[in-house]
Amino acid sequence: MNYDVIVVGGGHAGCEAAYISAYKNHKTALITMNIKNIADMPCNPSIGGTAKGIIVREIDALGGIMGQIADQSHFQIKMLNTSKGPAVQALRAQADKIVYPKKMLAKLKSMENLDIIEAMVNDLIIENHVIKGVVLEDGTKCFCKSLILTTGTYLKANILYGDQKEVSGPHGERSSLYLSDSLKKAGFKLQRLKTGTPQRIEASSIDFSKMQEELGDNKYWTFSHDYPASYDITKQQKCYLLYTTAETKKIIEENLSKSSMYGGYVEGIGPRYCPSIEDKIVRFHDKPRHQLFLEPESLYYNDWYLQGFSTSMPHDIQEKMVHSLPGLENAKINKYAYAIEYDAIDPLQVNPTLESKIITNLYTAGQINGTSGYEEAAAQGLIAGINACLKIEKKKPLILKRSDAYIGVLIDDLVTKGTNEPYRMLTSRAEYRLILRHDNADLRLRRIGYEVGTISKEQYDKLLAKEKDIANLTTFLKENKFKIDSTIKEIFVQNDKLLPKVAMSYYELLKRPEINIEFINKLIKLNYSLEVQEEVEIQIKYEGYIAKTYKEVDKMLKLEAKKIPEDLDYDKVKNLATEARQKLKLVRPLSIGQASRISGVNPADISILAIYLKKEYNND
Amino acid sequence: MEDTIVAVSTAMGLGAISIIRLSGPEAIKIVNKIFRGKDLTKVASHTINYGHIVDGDEIVDEVLVSIMLAPKTYTTEDVVEINTHGGIAATNKVLELCLINGARLATKGEFTKRAFLAGRIDLTQAEAVQDIITSSTDKSLSLFVNQLTGSLKKLIIKLRKDIVGILANIEVNIDYPEYEDAPVVTIASLKQALIPIKEELENLVKESKNAKIIKDGINIAIIGRPNVGKSSLLNKLLEEEKAIVTDIAGTTRDLVEGSVIFKGIKLNFIDTAGIRDSDDIVESIGIKKSIDSVDKSNLTILVLNSNEQLNKDDFKLLDMIKNKTHIVFINKNDLPLKINTENLQDFNVCYGNTISDDGINSLKDKISDLFALEAIKPIDNIYLTNSRQNSLIKLAIKEIDHALDSLNKEVPVDLVEIDIKNAWNYLGELIGATYKDELIDELFSNFCLGK
Repeated sequence: MNYDVIVVGGGHAGCEAAYISAYKNHKTALITMNIKNIADMPCNPSIGGTAKGIIVREIDALGGIMGQIADQSHFQIKMLNTSKGPAVQALRAQADKIVYPKKMLAKLKSMENLDIIEAMVNDLIIENHVIKGVVLEDGTKCFCKSLILTTGTYLKANILYGDQKEVSGPHGERSSLYLSDSLKKAGFKLQRLKTGTPQRIEASSIDFSKMQEELGDNKYWTFSHDYPASYDITKQQKCYLLYTTAETKKIIEENLSKSSMYGGYVEGIGPRYCPSIEDKIVRFHDKPRHQLFLEPESLYYNDWYLQGFSTSMPHDIQEKMVHSLPGLENAKINKYAYAIEYDAIDPLQVNPTLESKIITNLYTAGQINGTSGYEEAAAQGLIAGINACLKIEKKKPLILKRSDAYIGVLIDDLVTKGTNEPYRMLTSRAEYRLILRHDNADLRLRRIGYEVGTISKEQYDKLLAKEKDIANLTTFLKENKFKIDSTIKEIFVQNDKLLPKVAMSYYELLKRPEINIEFINKLIKLNYSLEVQEEVEIQIKYEGYIAKTYKEVDKMLKLEAKKIPEDLDYDKVKNLATEARQKLKLVRPLSIGQASRISGVNPADISILAIYLKKEYNND
Repeated sequence: MEDTIVAVSTAMGLGAISIIRLSGPEAIKIVNKIFRGKDLTKVASHTINYGHIVDGDEIVDEVLVSIMLAPKTYTTEDVVEINTHGGIAATNKVLELCLINGARLATKGEFTKRAFLAGRIDLTQAEAVQDIITSSTDKSLSLFVNQLTGSLKKLIIKLRKDIVGILANIEVNIDYPEYEDAPVVTIASLKQALIPIKEELENLVKESKNAKIIKDGINIAIIGRPNVGKSSLLNKLLEEEKAIVTDIAGTTRDLVEGSVIFKGIKLNFIDTAGIRDSDDIVESIGIKKSIDSVDKSNLTILVLNSNEQLNKDDFKLLDMIKNKTHIVFINKNDLPLKINTENLQDFNVCYGNTISDDGINSLKDKISDLFALEAIKPIDNIYLTNSRQNSLIKLAIKEIDHALDSLNKEVPVDLVEIDIKNAWNYLGELIGATYKDELIDELFSNFCLGK
């Protein structure tokens, strides 16, 4: 069988990669061990969240599908951080674990150029460091121009609880035993990572009256830029907040040595942002209680996800721990918490295009690259998919900058700094986050999407119209003043706003802290969509800080513009510190800017490098 | 190939020795031409050689010449340093001889620029090159390349730690909005956290100014038109306080006429066109020279005669000092006051005379007040030694000011964080910290987060 693009793995990265490749009219195969697990959500039942919600918007802006599928599958959605500035607001949806994969599979099945193959991949066909295809478990060979590996946590996966260790993928799926050996043989450096998931509790055994309700927003939201909201706001499901007790703490402390982690049974490095409950108890010993959330996984079965209670304790201890929680005294555990460890590659061996540095035309995306999270995986899958296609089309690859998107930050961090724990996107990782907002994802990325052929003409025209509206409204607000007459005075008084002493433009008025665009509409009706108005409001209100951010971006871009030739021999650059030389040889940064972000490369090394380039390549 | 540059590289301070530095491929050859002693082209690298600088047969000065061969030098080029000790005239002569023999006068900061281009110093330091180039002439390289003193570094590290704590707290509120573990950052709490940091930074700037005063003293220019009593004022001040240095004019290249210790602080009186003779000097020259000395001073004392009305020249001088740190000393207050004091409303005025001890006490008190001499503690280790450090601290203060201002305007905390992060980065630049995931580390060590 011959394909343009083969994607191995049907998780969130694989779905985006396969979809976008098929969308771009390349003959594509998605090979998965189990069709039932396409777009599976093995951990938390939500999509989005701080920073991650913005990634989903970015995926959508670039033509990916996670956003629209999430919009169709959730039973609760809310905007986080609404009390804070516009830069940090992000959507989070409680996605139904049955509906989301179903809708995703339907979407993929609707793609003409996409074959979904149910099989285990056992080996890679590599000739002269170029990928040619894969060998399936039954010996079948599939050939391709580009291969995208999105194998998630399945590579040599072990499930751990207490002193038990099972060779198994997430919820009892098979572990992929041979693929990581092929990777190792091909020259990939593998690392062992660990993550965990908490218990699932039977709904009917929970006493919700002892917990605090957590509701969705009373407002319509979508991740998608193209489709309106299709859910019923009144039918959103509740989540619940509860706390650990002194009893919980005591049980954990007394049984610490039985946990896989503390008993020394885990080799993988776990993420700091996703610690197990025993980790939290040990590290934050003084805290009397810890927050937990109960979230329904689906409307079609009865498991509730106990967020915050991830553990690798043996099952009998888990029973005691869960029963120590208020409202869960009689809880029935449908699934026990477990830790999972798996092989991942070292992302320093990956190019910013997500193509391997070792094997040409081989791309990797998602947890195999050392990340954690559905959204991070989907984002990489999309970029790997786009770049695999662009290479076949003999076009320039897509590399998003740190100032373009969270996705740019994500990939740059991975391929420049590497990671030794599962990498999760955080708002704090994005230094230019004021310009990487939920609201402007389309303004940032749709044009790029159009250029790389993942955004349609119709979508692009919609963007142009929006940009025009924004410019027009801004000009209008700048060029028009309001008059202070009795009517206007009355509006100010009624709304409890301070009346300015002199007339000023609406633009100046809007800059005042107590004035928002809604109030401007009371003075003069603005005939623009709410979306455009909100965008203009943010741009005007935070103009100073936005300008400040762009100034920093300019500094960064200047360094990014100083390109480093791909064939640079670092051994010829005199006076580099040994550590810096090793790191530079390993990462092979594309620019001085990227080089300056490598840990262990000091400013002195950077200037030596810059001067060397200037001398040898006349590179300014 | 670069040409060879030369400059007097010692500060215009009090030292008796001055150093003329050359850098470039011709450096040794040029000096060898004017040096009588060993053949400098044959001496080992990093040696000091005794001899004389000669102009033809005439000996200009007795010198020590350091030879440093490329590449282990500041600029990575051949570097020669001539240590002279014959004062300004000899120094200038040696410089001139180097120029005649093929060296080019270095532009400000050019040695450092070469050092940077050769990869000898890093980008952080290189940023300071611009500072050096645009700042006053007498900044010596040693000021610029010097390392931070240990205690200053400790202080900056501590302040950065405080700031990163604030940042982490803001970030944790953003990334984990539903977690109650992290204290909510409010406008009030943020202000409360920022103000002490700002104060410490401001103190540092103030202390550094004091440190410089302790180290170098206060340079004072005495100006005024002829016959107002400048020289008697100077004599009185020097004699009163038992002058410790009285260089004979013309024998030293610095311009200090004499120094006294006053309240533990050295007051350096800058030669104002030779104050001693100036009473006879043609007025126009006197004013031109005054401009020079005012530029070089930290304090200008304009002497006026109480008994004469202000004339055109007085107004010129007044105009010259109005934006500088100054004292207008109305001399001869034992005589009737004929000056229209309305013209002096915007000036810092004091009255006195030079005929009695009491007569100049008012002036001394004024100087003391102006520089808060009483408050200066003689020993203070923590200070900024160069303009790069100074400007970075000031930039950090500016960012914090902007943050506080924005907080007053109720700008959301996560935006204000941009200012705070900038301040943190400036302080990081000061101590040469490379970017690391310090913030993320802080986030996870201080707060208990996760699913």
